[in-house]
Amino acid sequence: MTTVLEIIAGISVLLGSLLFFITSIGLLKMPDLYMRISVTTISVTFGLGLTMIGTAIYFNELAVYARAILVVIFVFMTSPVGSHMIGRSGYLDGSKLWEKSKADHLVGKYDLKSRHLDS
Amino acid sequence: MNRLVVNILFGFIWMFLQGDMHFYPFFEGFILGYIFLFITRKSVGETPYFAKIFKVIGFSIYFIKEIIVSNLTVLWDVITPGVYSTPAILAIPLDCKTDLEITLFANLITLTPGTWSIDVSSDRTVLYIHALYVDDIDTFIKDLKSGLERKLLEVMR
Repeated sequence: MTTVLEIIAGISVLLGSLLFFITSIGLLKMPDLYMRISVTTISVTFGLGLTMIGTAIYFNELAVYARAILVVIFVFMTSPVGSHMIGRSGYLDGSKLWEKSKADHLVGKYDLKSRHLDS
Repeated sequence: MNRLVVNILFGFIWMFLQGDMHFYPFFEGFILGYIFLFITRKSVGETPYFAKIFKVIGFSIYFIKEIIVSNLTVLWDVITPGVYSTPAILAIPLDCKTDLEITLFANLITLTPGTWSIDVSSDRTVLYIHALYVDDIDTFIKDLKSGLERKLLEVMR
């Protein structure tokens, strides 16, 4: 029974790290800043989730379950703030959109001096 | 939400009575307290608490499904050669009013792969998001508003 659980834990940690790897490929592959930020969410949700599930299954203790859940909750709470700050400062710095982008509703909405954003 | 505080208190009381500082006794106490509160709801006064807990569970299932589906879409785009996406920065008019609702909505959008929120306008009526797969701008905005935002507001209000 323990070996089966260990194999399941190993597979899920391996899949999680594979997803981190795919995310880094996506970071290199995507053509502009905004699409790169989009790709990073894969590792935050799927990659981290699978790694934590694998850890919890491997140790099979209540204390580890609680910590794994806390890790997921805190990363889910903080990572959107990070991508919001990076993307916003990128846009204010004038980072260009990919030329095949369909629309940019933010054009002319920012007041660059006061950072005021029109609706 | 006072009922939730009372219910958590029941969980702690049960845990202390058992003398066992772990999650399982707390969870037992929470469920027993929930049943107790449900039985006495007529005499204490009706609250939306009992319907809400099922709405929260339903919303979690909906959101996890959404995360998995869009994860697979973005993954497929990354591991196959070429970039198929049609990205756009869109302005989403908000029905969310309070700061908590706007924060939750923006964070949930960012946690769904393929979309992330850039900024909220200074008067808090429009949320600017970047989306990877936009076929038609109007239907995309309509889907987002009638899907994620409506369900979130059902839970919050």
